[in-house]
Amino acid sequence: MKMKKILGLSLAAAMALSLGACGDSASSSNSASGSGNTGTSADSGETAEGGTLKIGGIGPLTGDNAAYGLAVQRGAQIAVDEINAEGGINGMTVEFSMEDDVSDAETSVNAYNSLKDWGMQMLLGTVTSAPCIAVVAETADDNMFQLTPSGTAVECLGDAGNAFRVCFSDPSQGTASADYISENSLGENIGIIYNSSDPYSTGIYENFVSEATSLGMSIVAEEAFTDDSKSDFSVQLQKCQDAGADLLFLPIYYQEASLILQQASNMGFAPSFFGVDGMDGVLTVENFDTSLAEGVMLLTPFAANSEDENVQAFVSAYQEQYGETPIQFAADAYDGIYAIKLAAEQAGITADMSASDICDAMKTAMTEIELVGVTGTIRWTEDGEPDKEPMAVVIENGEYVTM
Amino acid sequence: MKRRMSKATVSSLSNYGLIIAIFIIVQICSAAGVLTNQIEGLLIPVCIYVIAAISLNLVVGISGELSLGHAGFMCVGAFSSALFSRLMEDALPTGPRFFIAIVIGALVAAFFGFLIGIPVLRLRGDYLAIVTLAFGEIIKNLLNIVYLGRDENGLHLARNAGGLQMSAEGDTIIKGAQGISGTPRDSSFLVGIILILVTLFIVQNIINSRTGRAIMAIRDNRIAAESIGINVTKYKLLAFTVSAALAGVAGALYSHNLSSLTVSRFDYNMSILILVYVVLGGIGSIKGSIIATVILYVLPEMLRFLQDYRMLIYAIVLIAMMLFNWSPASIAWRERIKEKFKRNKTKGVS
Repeated sequence: MKMKKILGLSLAAAMALSLGACGDSASSSNSASGSGNTGTSADSGETAEGGTLKIGGIGPLTGDNAAYGLAVQRGAQIAVDEINAEGGINGMTVEFSMEDDVSDAETSVNAYNSLKDWGMQMLLGTVTSAPCIAVVAETADDNMFQLTPSGTAVECLGDAGNAFRVCFSDPSQGTASADYISENSLGENIGIIYNSSDPYSTGIYENFVSEATSLGMSIVAEEAFTDDSKSDFSVQLQKCQDAGADLLFLPIYYQEASLILQQASNMGFAPSFFGVDGMDGVLTVENFDTSLAEGVMLLTPFAANSEDENVQAFVSAYQEQYGETPIQFAADAYDGIYAIKLAAEQAGITADMSASDICDAMKTAMTEIELVGVTGTIRWTEDGEPDKEPMAVVIENGEYVTM
Repeated sequence: MKRRMSKATVSSLSNYGLIIAIFIIVQICSAAGVLTNQIEGLLIPVCIYVIAAISLNLVVGISGELSLGHAGFMCVGAFSSALFSRLMEDALPTGPRFFIAIVIGALVAAFFGFLIGIPVLRLRGDYLAIVTLAFGEIIKNLLNIVYLGRDENGLHLARNAGGLQMSAEGDTIIKGAQGISGTPRDSSFLVGIILILVTLFIVQNIINSRTGRAIMAIRDNRIAAESIGINVTKYKLLAFTVSAALAGVAGALYSHNLSSLTVSRFDYNMSILILVYVVLGGIGSIKGSIIATVILYVLPEMLRFLQDYRMLIYAIVLIAMMLFNWSPASIAWRERIKEKFKRNKTKGVS
């Protein structure tokens, strides 16, 4: 009995101590993580005399959506290395540290807090939408400048005016897709297969449907699947076929899209396919017969085989370092870092400014810059939305060809 | 007139003491400015999971049933309370609104617990675990297709966004897979601590009452319990419903801590996570649940400096802790150490 009491007390004491100890050790461990992560960038820019600018990144580096988080991390790192090699931003060396959020809102906020301890002055993130909505509430409270490379939901930007995005929002993608299909009369009867458990997919789907309805397009089938059942699409495809769809709109990510293309071909169903930016990457799926993707159209701001010089430079740097072709997420992050550079130069940011002052200056500067990036020429509006042209490409001979 | 307190009372009181001590220490650290942003951000989530773990312990430890649907009840509580707060955002001041939201979260989760409990508690052991798991999945998939909006004509409910047919000024509150965003962030550490104390009060009083003894009698020997006239269904249902209600409270705290709430978070992984807290802390031990939750929730965040190896190391630490706590050999070893310690101490005294 007495033993138990002592044990209880000592455990309580141990926990209290560990809590206290955490308070002390966290900051040091975080700075360690920062330097570990950015070792390469610091080496290349040691000559900079203007201090360091700490840019934090948040995204899924592990878990189901790790491909997107890693792409953002790599794309951003390439841009940071390039900038540091050329003398940094206003003479400041850029440090970039990415934290994992497993694409979960709760973990994302935790990651944000640890980045703040690291001394983050600006945030490039988060990569996925739901965490972004949670984090933007925090950055609004702290008045921290936030630029999300790929958070597509409308709410990702909040109301405070401190958040901007590089990618298109869900409504703009859904609406633009419907407009594009209608203008070019790509299909008479449209079938849709979307992921009802994914905010990105449902967001685009909803806006597509409302725009299509107002344009008087005929949607003959709307079929859903969820994250728990994303390997067999025969039922959805059968329904679309029975309904006589001649164009399938697929506002989904490329892994599922590759399965749909495969299964549609197996059952002899050959409509036109139209995807959005999540479809980018379909040619890189392992063991996927890329000839099935021939003729697939997609709306994407980034094509890795574009003739554009910037794109070529970025793609070859990426391939050299990571041995793979960058997807759109990497391109968004790359542009994001360059947008930060432009705006920071415009605003005259210095390393000793507080995050809040930086945010105030950046807010104005972002609306004044024009970035010629790898995802197009972008200007930003005051509400944080990018103003750039969506580009439709079609896959021919295993390559994207602008339509 | 000195009355000796019973063992149970001492244990209960020490749990309250533990929570209050943590609160005071955190407040002192916070006032002294030694708390990092990271720790401050972890305070409320820790409270949420402590409540969830204590409430799950009522089912797993006291009632002896394996439930894998705890996240489902949290989910129901989170969505119902967040919905209430979004609807009443302008109509009520923060304090009363948050209070009512928590009560609503608890009541709705309790209702679902009761509803699920009636058929489910006829099963035992593994079967119960599987059915509760299925319940969690049903909740998740149902909420994925719920759309609810409000405009000047009132509330609209539909299976997809197009079906809402709202006017232009309409505000869509629940957006299927996109969940509820913009919930007022009313949760605070103080509220979390108060709710833990309330949870402790409810759970410990049940355990130390006639009801608790009846529930434990059913756990230990169902036939014997039945034979002395204990209403098995009633007591099991009671434990299950109370546990669900408290999970709903944890859910309410969760939904008011982040401004984005999606249903995908509340999958079976979360149920299992909470179960891990309970099992590691010691099934049936409330104090163990609290301590295990604090350590296991904070650990992966503290391991962030390990970069990509973070979750791998976390898993290894988890295995090591399980072995240390519960493998018979390690228990025997700890007993030996304890004996030695005791002997030395008595020697020192004499």
